[in-house]
Amino acid sequence: MERLEIQKTYKIFIGGQFPRTESGRYYSLKNKKGEVLANICQSSRKDFRNAEVAARSAQSGWSSRAAFNRAQILYRVAEILEGRKDQFISELIVQGSSSAAARVEVEMAIDRMVYYSGWCDKFQQVFSAVNPVASSHFNFSVPEPTGVVAVIADEKSSLLGLVTAIAPIIAGGNTCVVLASESKPLCAVTFSEVLNTSDLPGGVVNIITGSAQELHTHFSSHMDVNAMVYYRDDKAQIKTIKENAALNVKRVFVYKENIFSEDHANPYYITDLQEIKTTWHPIENIGSAKAGY
Amino acid sequence: MASKIIIPDFRKTPPVDQVGVEERVARFTTRSVKKSSKMEGLKMVLSMIDLTTLEGKDTEGKVKQMCYKAAHLHDVIPGIPTVAAVCVYPSMVKTAKEALKGTSIKVASVSTAFPSGQSTPEIKILDTKFAVENGADEIDMVISRGEFLSGNYNFVFDEIASIKEACGKARLKVIFETGELSTLDNVRRASDLAMYAGADFIKTSTGKISPAATMPVTLVMLEAIRDYYYLTGRMVGMKPAGGISTSKLALQYLIMVNETLGSAWLSNEWFRFGASSLANDVLMQIAKETHGVYQSSDYFSKD
Amino acid sequence: MSTTKEIKLNFNAAWELAPAPEDTSHISIKSQYDLFINGEFVKPESKKYFATYNPATEVKIADVAEANEKDVDKAVKAARAAFGKWSKLSGKERGKYIYRIARLMQERAREFAVIETMDGGKPIRESRDIDVPLAANHFFYYAGWADKLEYAFPNRKPKPLGVAGQIIPWNFPLLMAAWKIAPALAAGNTVVLKPAETTPLTALKLAELIRDSGLPKGVVNIVTGAGKTGAAIVNHPDINKIAFTGSTDVGKIIQKAIAGTDKKLTLELGGKAANIIFEDAPLDQAVEGVINGIFFNQGHVCCAGSRLFVHESVADLVIRKLKDRMETLRIGDPMDKNTDVGAINSKEQLTKINEYITIGKNEGAEIYQSSCNIPKKGFFCKPTIFLNASQSHRIVQEEIFGPVLAVQTFRTIEEVIEKANNIPYGLSAGVWTDKGSKIFNLTTKLKAGVVWANTYNKFDPVSPFGGFKESGFGREGGLHGLAAYLNI
Repeated sequence: MERLEIQKTYKIFIGGQFPRTESGRYYSLKNKKGEVLANICQSSRKDFRNAEVAARSAQSGWSSRAAFNRAQILYRVAEILEGRKDQFISELIVQGSSSAAARVEVEMAIDRMVYYSGWCDKFQQVFSAVNPVASSHFNFSVPEPTGVVAVIADEKSSLLGLVTAIAPIIAGGNTCVVLASESKPLCAVTFSEVLNTSDLPGGVVNIITGSAQELHTHFSSHMDVNAMVYYRDDKAQIKTIKENAALNVKRVFVYKENIFSEDHANPYYITDLQEIKTTWHPIENIGSAKAGY
Repeated sequence: MASKIIIPDFRKTPPVDQVGVEERVARFTTRSVKKSSKMEGLKMVLSMIDLTTLEGKDTEGKVKQMCYKAAHLHDVIPGIPTVAAVCVYPSMVKTAKEALKGTSIKVASVSTAFPSGQSTPEIKILDTKFAVENGADEIDMVISRGEFLSGNYNFVFDEIASIKEACGKARLKVIFETGELSTLDNVRRASDLAMYAGADFIKTSTGKISPAATMPVTLVMLEAIRDYYYLTGRMVGMKPAGGISTSKLALQYLIMVNETLGSAWLSNEWFRFGASSLANDVLMQIAKETHGVYQSSDYFSKD
Repeated sequence: MSTTKEIKLNFNAAWELAPAPEDTSHISIKSQYDLFINGEFVKPESKKYFATYNPATEVKIADVAEANEKDVDKAVKAARAAFGKWSKLSGKERGKYIYRIARLMQERAREFAVIETMDGGKPIRESRDIDVPLAANHFFYYAGWADKLEYAFPNRKPKPLGVAGQIIPWNFPLLMAAWKIAPALAAGNTVVLKPAETTPLTALKLAELIRDSGLPKGVVNIVTGAGKTGAAIVNHPDINKIAFTGSTDVGKIIQKAIAGTDKKLTLELGGKAANIIFEDAPLDQAVEGVINGIFFNQGHVCCAGSRLFVHESVADLVIRKLKDRMETLRIGDPMDKNTDVGAINSKEQLTKINEYITIGKNEGAEIYQSSCNIPKKGFFCKPTIFLNASQSHRIVQEEIFGPVLAVQTFRTIEEVIEKANNIPYGLSAGVWTDKGSKIFNLTTKLKAGVVWANTYNKFDPVSPFGGFKESGFGREGGLHGLAAYLNI
């Protein structure tokens, strides 16, 4: 007798939990033959709102963790990705990749996660400065996370786009809400499961599925989002996002480079989402303080 | 004053930030004192000077000459005030007192085994009483810096209180020798301690150690006086001593007093300069303002 | 004694300082200034001029050209034409041009200081000791970067952006011009700069200096005008970068206006900084920091410490000291070397400040002002503090940009961090305590781009400056300030 397979329900990932969209809406994901692969949550403005709240409440805890601890958690994500490699490969194949391309994508995703894990406790050293001011003060500048980042991830890749977007954000101590690829959403849920089993605190990463056309205005107009990252090429959406960003002076980054390019392994993606904080303190040393010329 | 004064824990005196003090001082030194305000200031400086001779080679002759100068700074120009006091060793008090008879100039005597203070409490009291009995109006004592730096604040407190008692009616100036106290926090602590122990004046230095008076040290002491006044209503005087030899610097001190404690302290009852060569520089400035030409020191008596 | 005399310090000067006006006889100001485009002064296409006034006397100083869209276009074209050669010039040679500007500014420092004070109303002490030396030092600092850019950004080969449009405010006219122009030039960009309409003169003197320095024509263009001129720069299609310092409202308009373009943007916007005094602070220095924080430049400072938080156990003492210190501030003729607080920059700004003072009174906060007299002519405002302010007062939430301080008290460290951060701005903050670990705790948790611990309102060319949140993005000053003018 043939066994009936259990089908996976694809939900969204908010605050370390897997709810369905509050809207009850879904869209059907089909393969090239037109067969329905899964019903995907068509997330709403309110889902985004909930995800943002989760990201905000996780923010200070995540950013105040030891950088070494963040590095370990990112590495743990890579370990679990490696362990579930076959599952991701088959999901990518189902979504239209060749098996060779699927393997390349998954391996790149794992390696990229490892790469950013390594930066967690190093980028601060590379991008900080001790500034030799001309008065009796000790002055130093360090990067600090911008806060909550809303991301519209790459459309063309199911897994690598997510990892590429998320890794530098959380390596830098930010938290995020990510809209996954609309046409290739399957890995989003599986990747969420990876995140959820790798000691990453709930709310640090929130992943929702749905339409960028519907959600980009909400992402960009939310007053408690500090920055937005956009990986697609819809000019109208970019313009709207940048316009809405002005409501609360959001930082907006539009990344157009091919997601498969090795240049995406690059600490400047971390520092884009950092604020430089400069601290002054007096030094009891007057004699050398003259700024004469 | 009927209100009860609670003596604070001197280990916990308010902290002082050195760089902030230096910055505040820099603001005083950029004040521009011109014309009538300069003349007024210069005369005020003269009237606040404790003309000082504190040397092993001091003789009655030297002290008499200095006392004459104290009362007749520069008779060529009318309207020049006298200095506030002369400051001498206890053995010279009698001489100074006689030489100044008929003037309002006070005689101040250093005491308590000046300048090091390295003697017994009994001798310090005797030293003080000797000066007072010889007619000293003011006593400039030194604190035991060794005890202070070892943290024996109660010892120093008791020492000051006992000398205050020995002073009787004479006003007590307490010298910290700030050049030996190392930090402004210590200067602040010494100031609080001395005022609570009964000091009428607090004074920076003996003049025997470098650095002597500086503006940052003086500012910290003025701020301590202000806080003590806020709390108790009792005015305490301030005397920077040593190292103030130009009228420009002296005027900057006055600016500092004026902007820290206000006009009530701008008299020789509450502010003094311990100095020997300052008077002539001020006189030269006054002469320049009066005659309109720069002066030579040949025209001003050196005593 | 039975009589209780009032314990009060008296600062009603028995010893009054005589006026000490700075010598202005060596200053040359023309009666009319044109636009500085392509290395020379040219008449505006608009054919219009506007007057700039001395806010301390309300007397007109000069007429200044008003640039319209055509004028801005000419300036951008000049900058574009100059870009190729300038960006290809070796860093070493570029640097030498900038060094030359720095040196010329040092030589003419007093002239710049006097004009800055005449045109803007700030005390000569500040323009002489702070604005002008810092501006010159800024050029000097960035000059040295011109041939070292690859060391600033590891593993990158940074490239200039192109033509930078720069719009600056009226509170530090020359200094802001230096903050904008120096890094832009060091990075190999060319510049169209617009000074504020109430304070154009030192930028125009800078134009003369740049002309005299032999800088290639068109590398720096300076166009004067008001908001319309600024809009023409922002909207010009051939500009690659907009750098703006000014209000958050205008910053948002600019951010929105360039949304459909690839223009790079840095914004230095408003602030409402918290200055926090703990009970273990060096109180006298803290009070001085509060004074510096809010009365420096008449409070026309985006990073002004306009919110004071005092620990309840020392609040009475701190406020007493603060009031006494306010009594010693000298308000009046900005050209007098003893003036601490000069003239409000414009009538418009004075009106705005006075409106906030009325709001503060109506909100029920307790007002205290220095008892000084202020001149009858000119725009002046007494140093003002509001006691017993609360977080929901408008005088606590909104940027006043004047000598007005809102004072609140607090009990715990958590409370003060929450209140300090409870504002859309995030430019700067001050912390006063003798305890090192507390300083690091606060400096980490305060959402602000600059944190002054046991000091306030310090600036230096090597020190990055800029905000979190609605105070803008990007940094000016230091190594980090280069990033704003480079493709990395």
